[in-house]
Amino acid sequence: MDQQTFLTQAMIFLAAAVIMVPIAKRLGLGSVLGYLLAGIIIGPAVLGLIHNDSGDIMHAAEFGVVMMLFLIGLELEPALLWRLRKSIIGLGGLQVLLSAVIIAGISFGLGLPWQQAVALGLILSLSSTAIVLQTLQEKGLMQQPVGRHSFSVLLFQDIAVIPMLALFPLLQNLPLGDATGDEHSTLVDGLPAWLQTLVVLGSVALIIGAGRFVVRPLLRLVAKTRQREVFTATALLLVIGIAVLMMQVGLSPALGTFLAGVVLANSEYRHELESDLEPFKGLLLGLFFIAVGASINFTLVAAQPLIIGGLVLGVMAAKAVVLYLLGRSAKLSLNDRFLFAFGLSQVGEFAFVLLTFTNQHGILPQELTSLMVAVVALSMALTPLALLVHEHLLAKRLQPANASARQQDDAIDEHNQVIIAGFGHFGNTVGRFLRAHKIGLTILDNDADRVELLRRMGFKVYYGDASRHELLAAAGAESAKLIIICLEPSEKRLELIETIKKHFPNLRMLVRASNRYDAYDLMNAGMLHIYRETMDTSLRVGVDAMRFLGFRAYTAQRAASLFFKKDEANLRKLSAIRDEEEYILSAREKIEELEKLLQTDMVQNMQDIERGWDEESLIDAAHRASDATVQP
Amino acid sequence: MPRLLLLFAHPALEKSRIHKRLIRELKSIPQVTFHDLYEAYPDFNIDIATEQQLLLSHDIIAFQHPFYWYSAPAIIKQWMDLVLEHGWAYGSEGRMLEGKKALNIISSGGPRHVYAPEGRNRFTYRQFLAPFEQSVRLCKMDYLPPFVVPGTHRMEQQDLETFAALYRQALILLTAGNAPTDPGAELLNDQLTSSGILTH
Repeated sequence: MDQQTFLTQAMIFLAAAVIMVPIAKRLGLGSVLGYLLAGIIIGPAVLGLIHNDSGDIMHAAEFGVVMMLFLIGLELEPALLWRLRKSIIGLGGLQVLLSAVIIAGISFGLGLPWQQAVALGLILSLSSTAIVLQTLQEKGLMQQPVGRHSFSVLLFQDIAVIPMLALFPLLQNLPLGDATGDEHSTLVDGLPAWLQTLVVLGSVALIIGAGRFVVRPLLRLVAKTRQREVFTATALLLVIGIAVLMMQVGLSPALGTFLAGVVLANSEYRHELESDLEPFKGLLLGLFFIAVGASINFTLVAAQPLIIGGLVLGVMAAKAVVLYLLGRSAKLSLNDRFLFAFGLSQVGEFAFVLLTFTNQHGILPQELTSLMVAVVALSMALTPLALLVHEHLLAKRLQPANASARQQDDAIDEHNQVIIAGFGHFGNTVGRFLRAHKIGLTILDNDADRVELLRRMGFKVYYGDASRHELLAAAGAESAKLIIICLEPSEKRLELIETIKKHFPNLRMLVRASNRYDAYDLMNAGMLHIYRETMDTSLRVGVDAMRFLGFRAYTAQRAASLFFKKDEANLRKLSAIRDEEEYILSAREKIEELEKLLQTDMVQNMQDIERGWDEESLIDAAHRASDATVQP
Repeated sequence: MPRLLLLFAHPALEKSRIHKRLIRELKSIPQVTFHDLYEAYPDFNIDIATEQQLLLSHDIIAFQHPFYWYSAPAIIKQWMDLVLEHGWAYGSEGRMLEGKKALNIISSGGPRHVYAPEGRNRFTYRQFLAPFEQSVRLCKMDYLPPFVVPGTHRMEQQDLETFAALYRQALILLTAGNAPTDPGAELLNDQLTSSGILTH
């Protein structure tokens, strides 16, 4: 592909997505359906802008799934994965087994040879990780029982692909075509079986070990360069590297990156990785959905509408029944059971891979695989529609009963009440003070060395740019009571304030200010709790100076706190004036303001000596009146 | 109806049992202004102008505090020292508080019977409270008998509830303008009956 064709193709894909996704979203159809429609429209069936042999695009797009699994892995701490083990093996295992048995049984009944029936059953039992997870995330259901169970099933399926690939050659029942040359060879091809197993296990161990001992220091090193794009490049390199390694040893790249994600889930760079890779994942997945849409062979569908329609509905119905029953045994609510059943009833993207594979290995005949490719693509396209039907017809009837149970589920994640943004000299004093009183803290900081140290000390600390919405959300800004903003650059503080005002209006902000003028800006931004960093220290110097000059300690201390109070009041007054006129203070005006301040200090503070401790008036009175009984 | 300013002083309210329970009653008595001195002035830097303004806008002043060392926690003393200025609260020119009423609302660890000439503490509550009584008098106000929650060290929850109800009653009667008619009575408690009528 020369550059111009490449760019033209890219333009067509992007334009289709940009036009169709917002329309689909506006119509309440979800982004997946939008991408699929875009694919159908630019595909050979409608406009014919891209060609049917979009295999390259499909391959690139499949990488979106790999990246998605890495990101999912990042969100799954090993402990959580361990807790899900029953549901992964139990639910996932049963789902694959039962669906495969039923579909294979029906195929066999329809007259297919048993080898073909078994292959079809296994292939069609898989669901689409890409569509289901994208949809669940969009609906915010990932943290709920139905989301977790769906995820468990999908994870099992992704793992199950590996033994399927190993098993399929045994099912050969047709003469081998000459198409096998297409398959790429792996490093382990020539090795004996036991060595292959060893290599596979070794690679998994390598990922886990490297994730823990190599990748984290590497990320820290890269983070220290403070070059955002290098960090992004490292993240991409990580995912692509693992995918390549996995393919070399004949494992699923999705599984490998998922594993790497899990290993890094506990790392301090988790959120940075997440937000760096998120756009790539989104685009690649979008591309993937478009490719699916474009690959639906409508000529074939038009030629055999009844057979294909019947197959699509039959497969989806069979899978949905199995899922519904499993959902019931997993004690999902009625509504969630339907969601679970409809959501996972399509056939997944791995089916494309497996269908090609079975064709090449002489298991399924060409006509059957083309037919099935259309069935798979259609079932994927139907999923968002099935979920829409569920949402609009069923959910409304079933929802009220379990709405309250849902809300409780949301509150599982516990978060600290205080977030400190910026843990430099200023922030760490505040943090140490609060921690000394056992107040739970979540720290956001962008100094790699410090983050490392703090984590070792047992702080809950995230690396990254605190003014970013996702990082704040991850740190629990939704449920925290306070955020203490101690970031060094004042522009960063203002940026963070804007983000919080927009997304977390209930979070109370305590803000560090560098000086008076900075404090004015913060006041204009609506801040109520502003702390000028030099104010208290300067006054403490003043107090000590007074003491060295012979003032009593308590007098000096009271003078300072009085001065502080007046100055705060003055600050507010002057800020109000400035606000009205909207001007930026020039150097000259700063001097004038200082002069004004100095004058008011003299007048106010001199007058405010505590008269209660001043005996002068009493002594006067005693001299004037002979009646001394009126004095204490 | 008279308004009551409750000058409240407890240096560690989070550890208090008695006062935390008592002040819960205040929510439903609108005429009472609750002013938590330790909360308002953690640095003892009392704002004199604000305090004087508060005094002027109320008719009855109550000091509520534990009876530490037969007296009040330090911030009450600081408050008196600074706010009750010569020429404002007392002295030939100081008449700003004239005619108002004042009292102490206190809790004591020891039971009531030890606050007697023959008891362990040797003096009565009112004898210990003499500095308050005289300061109030000097500011040309009327001193009312104190409301006391005695024996707090061994108080059962049930008795605390009784005292809370009595406290509530006392505040309601005071803010209804029914100040006790016997200013010389030992305790305000004695003038309240369960039916909520002042005895004579």
